[in-house]
Amino acid sequence: MTVSTDAPAAASVSTPATRLRSLGWIARRVGGGVFVLWAVATVIFFALRLIPGDPVDAVLGGPGSQASAEAVAQIRADYGLDQPLIVQYFLAMGKLAVADFGTSYALKVAVAPYVLTQLWSTLVLTLASLVVAWFGALALTLATSGRGRVARALGSGLELLAAAVPHFWLASLLIILLSNTLHWLPPISVPGPLGLVLPVLTLALPLTGFLGQVMRESLANAYEQPFVLSARARGESEWGVRLRHVLRHAALPGISLSGWAFGSLLSGAVVVETIFARPGLGRTLLSAVTIRDIPVVTAVALLSALTFIIVTIATDVVDRIVDPRVTEVAAR
Amino acid sequence: MTEILAGRLSQPAGRAPGIRGRGGWLRNTGVIIALAVLALILTAALAPQLITTADPDAVAPAEAFQSPSAAHFFGTDESGRDVYTRVVFGAGNSLLIGIAATAVGLGLALILGLLGGLGSRLGDFVSTRIVEVMFALPGLLLALVFIAIAGPGVVTSTVAVGLSTAPGYARIIRSHLRSVRSASYVEAATVLGHSRARIVWQHILPGALSPIFVLGTLGVGQAIVWASSLGFLGLGVAPPAAEWGAMLSSGRTYIDVAWWLTVFPGLAIVATAASFTVLGRALNARTRQEARG
Amino acid sequence: MTATPLLRVSNLSVHFDRTARPAVDNVSFEVAAGECLAIVGESGSGKSVTARSLLGLAPAGAHVSFSELSLAGESLPAPGARRWRSIRGASIGLVLQDALVSLDPLRPVGREIDDVLRLHTTLSQRERQARVLELLDAVGIPDPALRARQRSGELSGGLRQRALIAAGIAAGPALIIADEPTTALDVTVQARVLELLSSLRNNGTAMILITHDLAVVSRVADRVAVMSEGRIVETGETNALLRAPTALPTQQLLAAIPVDVPRGVPLTLPVDTEADLRAAAEADVGAAAEASPGPVAISEPAAGPVSAAATSNHATTAASADSAAPPALELRSVSRRYPTPHGAPIQALDAVSLSLTAGTTLGLVGQSGSGKTTIARIALGLETADSGEVLLAGREWGSLSARERRPLRPTLGAIYQDALSSFDPRLSVERILNDALSGRASDTRRSLTTTAELLDAVGLPQSLKNRRPLHLSGGQRQRVAIARALAPGPQTILCDEPVSSLDVSTQARVLNLLDELQRHLRLSYLFISHDLGVIRHMSDRVAVITEGRIVETGETEEIFTNPRHPYTQSLLSALPRVRG
Repeated sequence: MTVSTDAPAAASVSTPATRLRSLGWIARRVGGGVFVLWAVATVIFFALRLIPGDPVDAVLGGPGSQASAEAVAQIRADYGLDQPLIVQYFLAMGKLAVADFGTSYALKVAVAPYVLTQLWSTLVLTLASLVVAWFGALALTLATSGRGRVARALGSGLELLAAAVPHFWLASLLIILLSNTLHWLPPISVPGPLGLVLPVLTLALPLTGFLGQVMRESLANAYEQPFVLSARARGESEWGVRLRHVLRHAALPGISLSGWAFGSLLSGAVVVETIFARPGLGRTLLSAVTIRDIPVVTAVALLSALTFIIVTIATDVVDRIVDPRVTEVAAR
Repeated sequence: MTEILAGRLSQPAGRAPGIRGRGGWLRNTGVIIALAVLALILTAALAPQLITTADPDAVAPAEAFQSPSAAHFFGTDESGRDVYTRVVFGAGNSLLIGIAATAVGLGLALILGLLGGLGSRLGDFVSTRIVEVMFALPGLLLALVFIAIAGPGVVTSTVAVGLSTAPGYARIIRSHLRSVRSASYVEAATVLGHSRARIVWQHILPGALSPIFVLGTLGVGQAIVWASSLGFLGLGVAPPAAEWGAMLSSGRTYIDVAWWLTVFPGLAIVATAASFTVLGRALNARTRQEARG
Repeated sequence: MTATPLLRVSNLSVHFDRTARPAVDNVSFEVAAGECLAIVGESGSGKSVTARSLLGLAPAGAHVSFSELSLAGESLPAPGARRWRSIRGASIGLVLQDALVSLDPLRPVGREIDDVLRLHTTLSQRERQARVLELLDAVGIPDPALRARQRSGELSGGLRQRALIAAGIAAGPALIIADEPTTALDVTVQARVLELLSSLRNNGTAMILITHDLAVVSRVADRVAVMSEGRIVETGETNALLRAPTALPTQQLLAAIPVDVPRGVPLTLPVDTEADLRAAAEADVGAAAEASPGPVAISEPAAGPVSAAATSNHATTAASADSAAPPALELRSVSRRYPTPHGAPIQALDAVSLSLTAGTTLGLVGQSGSGKTTIARIALGLETADSGEVLLAGREWGSLSARERRPLRPTLGAIYQDALSSFDPRLSVERILNDALSGRASDTRRSLTTTAELLDAVGLPQSLKNRRPLHLSGGQRQRVAIARALAPGPQTILCDEPVSSLDVSTQARVLNLLDELQRHLRLSYLFISHDLGVIRHMSDRVAVITEGRIVETGETEEIFTNPRHPYTQSLLSALPRVRG
């Protein structure tokens, strides 16, 4: 990570050296991701042991349970809770390394396959929302690309709503309006594409407002760059300037923010899946949190983190392909 | 989205769209409206009796589920309690949670940010890694995992919200400190022979910490939204108390018959959060203008 | 001059704000086929707005009016008309100043040039590709096939400028408008780009050259129009106009050029309050600002030890420099390498030795990337050399720790190119100067101990002390920077490109100020610049640096009249002179 002081002329398209550098960069990112996963698992593991309260209670369904001493001891042995802490830690890490998340306290089933089925549902929801938000934002940008005061006001108004409207309230409003009043859509997420509409709308609308505003500002910014003047002076038409030049620049922050946006969608999925009674990681996490089903919490946390890390790396890769300047900035 | 919002506004000029011009009538009107809303909410929080005469917890089963009317502006809930009064009394709880959560988040972020921005290489390494790990669980996920560990309740949910906002703030504070630290005016002060302590105290800290105030203002709105989300999910304030998220949570059961139980507390959240955001953005625009033009 | 001009412009005016002075005020001129007309003026004179109006591309919010605007006898369309699209690029080409973003940074350079052909020719895609390579080759870009695939960020400044020219001429326009085409370039690259432009004109393409640099004009232009405050104040055949300018702005421009003005002779400064007031108004300042009397009267306390020096002229100052005294600043065989992420480290400095005689100016000249900045940073103790010694007034300096350096720092001041960013944006001028005064060396002379005296010394009115640097003009900022450098009472000041970002007349005033201060306060300057003219005007001795090595050192006149090293010779031959 150093500043690239060498003359820009020295850099060239794709020499073996630059390709090697890119590979090294990806390797570093993947290594960083593995470290983060390990750290998350470790923090959760030790934090749980530091907190007062006996995990056995959670297995038995709360502190009030009247289990016999033998039953408690049996559970301790089953879950490995009778071993020294450090042994428990290494055992746990060893299992996590091979994606063995243990048995759910509440559901008494193996966590890994159960959580994996939930992951798919969440991925469909969040990725669909991301795509919808992306194209919505692009459409919004093009529609309001004039530099008028109205467009600016509309843009910042949308961005404001994106920052201030909670998902759960938006979802409720959509249910009241589109299900209860207009009866267009089912209020809960039925299987199939129709059941996806309301959840995706809920997640995508605020993000659309936000991305749209970012893209709109960056479009306006691009319009003021000298290369636009160069293009116009070549006889390029207004639409030529827009499509060939400024739209790419407008889309750039949309790309680089996609990783972050995916994260915010994962966070929003908790609420949306709960409201629309849709299976998924978020809803699983919420119910596990309420009953302190720690293996499930750990599994969902790690799986979410893993997904998020993968998406972040992917967007960064795309970002570097689309905009060669990112490499130089990122190196600082 | 606050951390991105604020981060975006504080990016280096090259790729930051930023706020142009001195702002037209709309921005000013926006700020005035925001201030008015906040004044109202602050009144509701500090002296609710000034705005409503009713008792938020007065149960009247006979008057359950009345739609909004002159007697009950926002209607009544399943126990016949006046929703308007409960929204007014809820302001104190919601605002307090929002401010407390922001304070927790900023406090933690300040430690991490200072360690990363001013500390040694090792300090920076440690702080950056911690922030990375916290970032891996975006938003509510981190809050939920924290609640899973610490147990539900008002205090834990407040801390949870603070915790999940901290990495964003920490990153902004760190990058501000770093950019100010390598600014040419800091080098110029070195050349003048000023001591390191004096430079940090006189130039680096004031320059880099000025965004804190802006971040805090932007953050309270976001924290209220997140805290109410936790309340809505049943992990915050326990339902009988008047808190906006909790009110929404219990109103959700009756969404088919009583839309007002959902709409009005939600409106209160949106109005508050939006006002803080507008104010924060205006502050940000002003500090930027003062600093750089 | 042919009978029917190619381009005729009559009474062109551009307003941005009806109440304010027009940006372009009733301008009329003609360009004949194959002729090169230069439009010269300082920033804000309206020359760029004029150029853009000729393409119907005046900035947003501009109101353009004219009585005639015609190309080859045919009148040009109204702004915003569709017909412009068939004129831009095809009949009139525009070449912008090289900036990283004058070409779209996200698209390959070849595609940008190809756009012109796509819009204005009927060539097939394959033919266009071949033509793009021909064009790149014609403007002197080596390895066109590779370069066409690269994006502008991967090209050097000179290559980018050539690519911009290639795009401008791609469709064979009858007229090219070149807006500051050589400004951002190093002098040797600049010379080659100027040759390219000249050859285009020799091939029959007419050209309007927009520039602030009279030296560039004298190399290329047939005729010159001088703009000031939106008006054309003088037009004439290049040599005649430069030899005998009649309008005051032209005379000022010419006088301010330092290139052949010998050491110690002030760059003539006719008092022109009107222009100064305008500059001040533009900088969003209310009061008369730049209108400074210069540091003629350094306040009372300075009178004692300094007055003797003040009466003597420069030649004697240089001569009277105590030869027994140790050099003010000395670098002995200093080397510095920077690691690169992959591959060999860059040798930024290679055994550099410099010696600055006390009371004199040592000019350090080199192009970008030559190592000047590294020398400045090492001399200022912001960086440490890998090997070699740095001595400050004969005392060890380079190897000291940060703490050990601090007591010596007040004796060494610095002035930077970008004055604005060297000030804490939150502080007022007064706070900035007070801050600097608080670090005074214990043994400093009695002069300049208050903010008021400092402002006086650099010719700034006291009324500015409550302003923030942001609200000052470029020249005022640089004066504040000089005042700050003087505050601790230094004996030596390192000037790192101190006038490079200033207009030529402001530059002249700042150089005069530095000159006078040196005489009054017996300062030693290490003066770093890429500008040979400025260096010649300011320096007693000159060192030439390239690729991290000092290739030649000597008396200024000796170097400029009789350069020995081939690199110095190439620099000097590339240097555009007004009366070359």
